[in-house]
Amino acid sequence: MKLTGAQIFIQALKDEGVDLIFGYPGGAILHVYDELYKHPEIRHVLVRHEQGAVHAADGYARVTCKPGVALVTSGPGATNTVTGLATALMDSIPMVVISGQVPLSMIGNDAFQEADIVGITRPCTKHNYLVKDVRDLQRIMKEAFHIARTGRPGPVLVDIPKDLQLHQAEYVPYDQVKVRSPRAVLQGHSGQIKKGWELLKEAKRPLLYVGGGAVLSQASDELKKFAYLTKIPVAMTLMGLGAFPGTDDLSLGMLGMHGTYYSNMSINECDVLFSVGARFDDRVTGKLSEFSKHSKKIHIDIDPANVGKSVAVDVPIVGDVKYVLGEMLKMAEAAPAFIQNYHQQIRPWWEQIRQWREKAPMGYQQGPKEIRAQYVIDMLYQMTKGEAIVTTDVGQHQMWAAQFYHFKEPHRWCTSGGLGTMGFGFPAAIGAQLAYPEKTVICISGDGSIQMNIQELATAVEWKTPVIIAILNNHFLGMVRQWQELFYENRYSEVDLNVQPDFVKLAEAYGAVGLRASVKDEVVPVIERALKVRDRPVVIDFVTTLEDNVYPMVPAGGAVSDIVLA
Amino acid sequence: MNHHENTHTISVLVENEFGVLARVSGMFAGRGFNIDALSVAPTPDPRVSRMTIITHGNALIIEQILKQLNRLIDVLKVIDVSSEACVRRELMLVKLRLNDKNKAELAKLADEAHGKIVDASDPRIQILEFVGEHQEMEGILKKLQPFEILEVVRTGNIAMQKGKNVLMPFPGEAVG
Ligand SMILES: Cc1ncc(C[n+]2csc(CCOP(=O)(O)OP(=O)(O)O)c2C)c(N)n1
Repeated sequence: MKLTGAQIFIQALKDEGVDLIFGYPGGAILHVYDELYKHPEIRHVLVRHEQGAVHAADGYARVTCKPGVALVTSGPGATNTVTGLATALMDSIPMVVISGQVPLSMIGNDAFQEADIVGITRPCTKHNYLVKDVRDLQRIMKEAFHIARTGRPGPVLVDIPKDLQLHQAEYVPYDQVKVRSPRAVLQGHSGQIKKGWELLKEAKRPLLYVGGGAVLSQASDELKKFAYLTKIPVAMTLMGLGAFPGTDDLSLGMLGMHGTYYSNMSINECDVLFSVGARFDDRVTGKLSEFSKHSKKIHIDIDPANVGKSVAVDVPIVGDVKYVLGEMLKMAEAAPAFIQNYHQQIRPWWEQIRQWREKAPMGYQQGPKEIRAQYVIDMLYQMTKGEAIVTTDVGQHQMWAAQFYHFKEPHRWCTSGGLGTMGFGFPAAIGAQLAYPEKTVICISGDGSIQMNIQELATAVEWKTPVIIAILNNHFLGMVRQWQELFYENRYSEVDLNVQPDFVKLAEAYGAVGLRASVKDEVVPVIERALKVRDRPVVIDFVTTLEDNVYPMVPAGGAVSDIVLA
Repeated sequence: MNHHENTHTISVLVENEFGVLARVSGMFAGRGFNIDALSVAPTPDPRVSRMTIITHGNALIIEQILKQLNRLIDVLKVIDVSSEACVRRELMLVKLRLNDKNKAELAKLADEAHGKIVDASDPRIQILEFVGEHQEMEGILKKLQPFEILEVVRTGNIAMQKGKNVLMPFPGEAVG
């Protein structure tokens, strides 16, 4: 059966089981949009800016583990996806972005709305394609989805010239389309897994250091069983939150620059550090020469390039976390007598950790009037029983959300960890909400970040997505101000956000609900009201302490032991 | 950790796809790795091209280069042949201006270095062609210093392992 490029494209989406895409039309993708018009079974969410489309697809992918899909036109439409692609690449999020391109014969002529998007996005995609022959389109689409979700996931861009969308080619049944497969070792070397377990058995002060890889490989069950059995303490990176229940006694909370005192002390003092899909990011290690000096290191990672990149590892295990940890769990389960002893063996370590916990527990003081941001997050946490999907933007509010919203499960926490993209949170929340219409989805944002994609309020109103946007409004670019206070002697250079819209009126202007809490006693009632709204987005303007700082803090480039408590 | 910087020769098989050279060179540039020389041409299988990349760095950097190359979807096979027994060859063309006095001297020098005169269309100008290892080319250039060199073009080393070792792409695994 012969189909046009546009028809093949639609069919390819259906073959992949895609029923929801985010996009924005334009000249070079018109043929595809015309075809889409005939296929209401593929829901298309018209965003108000292409960056919103990519972040929404990203949020959708983070909560569903399925590739998110975005569709845009050539030139400016395509260049507007760059930040979203880079965000997804850094956090290994599966995604396929399709862009229209000027007709084949005009490529390279500086045609109207031409941009070399394949060239521009080469370093911010896992892979990308310019389709030059309609006969390749079906294979490329299948390959794009396959590459996006295989091995270490990531975003893939497919650029389709306009004329090619009308060229015809034979449509082949999906299972007969042959594609190249990226090489990925999933199983991990059994000898290395054994070695890792042997090393862990020797440990007197072991620590599980859990990263985004554990979330991406859906290894929570294996991780929980392994930790419950061995009673090894669990510290999580920003991206690893939720992989293990933050509420469990074995959890030491978050590691790194704004992690807990006790998790950071533990990583400093442990004798065997077991990285489970975490990549020794500089926000965790601090000064490399001082990092976890007394420990032997085991590292599971699906990407060989992550292993030994910044920190030398004693037992590297290249493979999928779920599989490798599952194998190690079997070894642990096969040695019940040893496990009994092991609990004794690491008891002094737990005693030490208990002392650190007592010395600097996580907490905050909420006075009678002025709202502390931490209190807002704590209330959001309590009033949603820790079961909401939470997205964030970037800044102080992001760190407080990570510190005070405790996740019991993975895939409920969407934050731009690698790239640190302000403007990510709200569109990501829309994507997550559309994936799970019944769930409570909260975007925790700042008065700076929210203005970077505020236009998506129209999208959320149109789709009746009841996303709650909790703006922690400190009238500053708070995190930058914090650095200026601490490291630039209070020289507040360009961080004042006193000129800002009235967020309540702004919400109302878009047709959303706008609420405000200016004193402590208003916090719980506005959250209560917001949680009841199910047919439109709610913006809550929480007027908070102006100059609050996020602590603990490991100063950038400092050693983990330089941690400042307050 | 080994901080000593060494020159490495990396052989890479890539899909003969549009933009593949940009992917490889872009990865080097984006991550701050050096390319000292690079040669690329199709293999007898038109779907596959072969690159020889000459780079330098300490052990950690070379390890990252190999791993990052392997991450590229279009890369089929990567091997660092630096410590392997290899035939290494570079082609060099040198254009010189002659005078009556040094013509004979140059001919002698070229002969000793197994050079060939490949152009003498202008009686005052010659292009000499040399083939050999990179280091030999350096030596030849030094010897040519007394002459008036107008232009030099070199390919950089290409390399092939000695004996029965053959660089083959992974059998492309098709998924259903
Ligand atoms: C797109 C983008 N631009 C700039 C930055 C640098 N940056 C990091 S945090 C921050 C301040 C964020 O302010 P706000 O959203 O109000 O959050 P707060 O820190 O006050 O909670 C800035 C500007 C960034 N992360 N992303």
